[in-house]
Amino acid sequence: MKDKTTNLFRDYVAGRMSRRELFAAAGKLGLTAGAASLLLNRMQTEAMAAGWDWQKFKGKSIKLLLNKHPYTDALLMNIDNFKQMTGMNVTYDVFPEDVYFDKVTTALSSKSSAYDAFMTGAYQTWQYGPAGWLVDLNEFIKDPSASTPDFNVGDILPGLLHSDAWSGVPGEPLGGPGSKQWALPWGFELNSIAYNKRYFKQAGIEPPKNLPDLIEKAVKAQTDVKGIYGVGVRGSRSWATIHPGYLSGLTSYGGSDFTVVNGKLKSAVNSPECKAFTKLWVEMIQKAGPKNWTNYTWYEVGNDLGAGASAMIFDADILGFFQQSGTKEAGNIGYEGFAANPAKKEPTPNVWIWSLAINAFSNNKAAAWMLLQWAVSAEMCGFGATKANLVDPVRQSTWDIKAFQDRLNEKYPGYLEQYQASAPGSKIYFTPQPLFFNLTTDWAAALQKMYSKEIPVDEGLDKLAENVMAQLRDAGITD
Amino acid sequence: MSTSAVATMNVRPVVRRRARMASMLPYLLSMPALLTCIGILIPFGTAVYYSLQRYNLAFPATRKVIWFANFVSLFRDAAFWNTIEISLVYTVLTVGLEMLLGLGIALLLWRRTVVTNLLSVALILPLMVAPEIASLMWKLMTNANFGILSYFVAQLGFPNFKWGSGSGLSALFTVVLVDMWVYTPFITILLLAGLRGLPRQPFEAAELDGVPTSFVFFRIMLPMLLPYMLTAGLFRMLDSIQQFDIIYAMTQGGPGDALMVFQIEAYRQTITYTNIGRGAAILMILWAITYALSNVFMKNWLHLRERARGRA
Repeated sequence: MKDKTTNLFRDYVAGRMSRRELFAAAGKLGLTAGAASLLLNRMQTEAMAAGWDWQKFKGKSIKLLLNKHPYTDALLMNIDNFKQMTGMNVTYDVFPEDVYFDKVTTALSSKSSAYDAFMTGAYQTWQYGPAGWLVDLNEFIKDPSASTPDFNVGDILPGLLHSDAWSGVPGEPLGGPGSKQWALPWGFELNSIAYNKRYFKQAGIEPPKNLPDLIEKAVKAQTDVKGIYGVGVRGSRSWATIHPGYLSGLTSYGGSDFTVVNGKLKSAVNSPECKAFTKLWVEMIQKAGPKNWTNYTWYEVGNDLGAGASAMIFDADILGFFQQSGTKEAGNIGYEGFAANPAKKEPTPNVWIWSLAINAFSNNKAAAWMLLQWAVSAEMCGFGATKANLVDPVRQSTWDIKAFQDRLNEKYPGYLEQYQASAPGSKIYFTPQPLFFNLTTDWAAALQKMYSKEIPVDEGLDKLAENVMAQLRDAGITD
Repeated sequence: MSTSAVATMNVRPVVRRRARMASMLPYLLSMPALLTCIGILIPFGTAVYYSLQRYNLAFPATRKVIWFANFVSLFRDAAFWNTIEISLVYTVLTVGLEMLLGLGIALLLWRRTVVTNLLSVALILPLMVAPEIASLMWKLMTNANFGILSYFVAQLGFPNFKWGSGSGLSALFTVVLVDMWVYTPFITILLLAGLRGLPRQPFEAAELDGVPTSFVFFRIMLPMLLPYMLTAGLFRMLDSIQQFDIIYAMTQGGPGDALMVFQIEAYRQTITYTNIGRGAAILMILWAITYALSNVFMKNWLHLRERARGRA
């Protein structure tokens, strides 16, 4: 029986039968779907191990620092297979997002070797990389002996891979000449609209086409549907408030954080485009946002959509994805690409990339790289996309998996279309510079002041620009 | 050599050793205090050293001694003056209100009955909750969408009161309220102990003479209770001006910069922005203010103690 089962799954992994045939045969052998999935996963791991020495660091122990996130859940679901395949021990700490980056920054800046690898965003590497806290992953990627032959870095969406690479010169483009690969993309997110189809039907409205339209429809939805608010966006006094909907919309209106003048950065947060967009943004929140907006992190924004407390969100597409199952409003969530500017049709979502990086002070860098290449392997990305919630995956081959596309089309109708509409105009729209945390945290604080009418938008952005320039000068980044 | 001479030779080193031990005893006894001082002074000295430097962990190459430039930059920054102002306002409000409320509750519990004994024990409960946890609990209760307190306030005719996420004023009101819930019992317990320890004779004499209650309170009870009030006030003042957990958990220092008190600003500079020099300078200023305020309290406390002993 055991041999029969093992052979059955080996046949599938070798491509000698379809997935449907596999599960039908497994059923005949008396295996439940759950058990079959586990076995399949084990066999795929074994197949991955074949032909390359995954046991190079057998007996070593590595420690990970992780953020509480569905991507983390996907990784941890399969971590035992990694341990079995490599003979390594893996331990980890998981922290919620509002304190996660403070923990990472503290661990790295204190030159601690406690964590070998950790989750990071691309933006954070602009501070961590040039400070000498991260390993340049090119030393592994470009060394054929360091990676499994089927690692295939070319399969990773090039825009994402380049977004984790930077020269360290403020204002220079990501992935440009002299760039170091500070991290490996693992999963990403675009910013779009996710909405409650039930509420939209009740209010007789269609998904919004631009920001003025969104404000109007959000107000109508909260007027027509009792006990809800119109639109959820992040608002806490944190960098995370700026990068999703706000920067995506700002870009659509032609605004940006900086301009580069003679190779030096100049704050552009008080440009006419920024002021015009920010006025609308603040108006949107005042008229149709959550009452306690200044406390809103991505958890609150997502939970409210899932719990039926909001009509829509303008945030990460995956946040809407996660609300489609296991929530009160599961099955009622719709997705729509979004261009904030009425004069533009193409969405310009700012991209957030969850990536994995190696601590420069780690004593187990090569072992940590083994975990990185496993986590971002085609097998793991495929596993995460089809069996867990590792969306949006960073490999083209994962997007091409039919089972993944079928899953999206069947259970998440409209998601794939949203992705296809959003992806062409998507990229990181922040200007790379090492004071990312400073600028964005102060920007979020300025938005809070405008929201509470403590300061008018124009004055708030002028003051922010002055403050940003003072900090850049203080750090010696500009004159 | 005689036997007695040998004995004398043996005794001399023992006596010398004892004398040496006796002379070292004061130093040995003060050693723990000295070690504790060193344990405090080393980090303090390091912080002073850092505060005189341009020192950002993300820009190691730019590290250099800039003497008092961090302090000059802070005092030229309007946002930092806001930090000083809000820290002092928060301290005065919390210490003042908690003192009034604590005194009131202590007076209600002064006479020992079964009920007051039970209530005295129940009072300790908020002190057993970590302030961070208490803040999260209050954050839920004041959530504008589903919080129970928001519901009651809405029933009272304020449906749009936003607690910690509204204006700076409503955020200040909210965090002061949480601070009062957590720390008023601390003051109550200290004052209750003080009240119950006061001599009975002056009160009995006043009662016999038919002295009005207000006179007893202001002229007899308060002066005798003042050392206890000063002690409780000193502890709370030191804690309040260094407030971090309640405000950070409730609003992260927002909305805007409304609640950017010393510790949160220092945390932001040091941990989030890795600007060690500026963060250390902020903490040095906080130390100077705390030291000055503590001195005022201590001088008053010593003065009252002297007066109680009849020397003033």
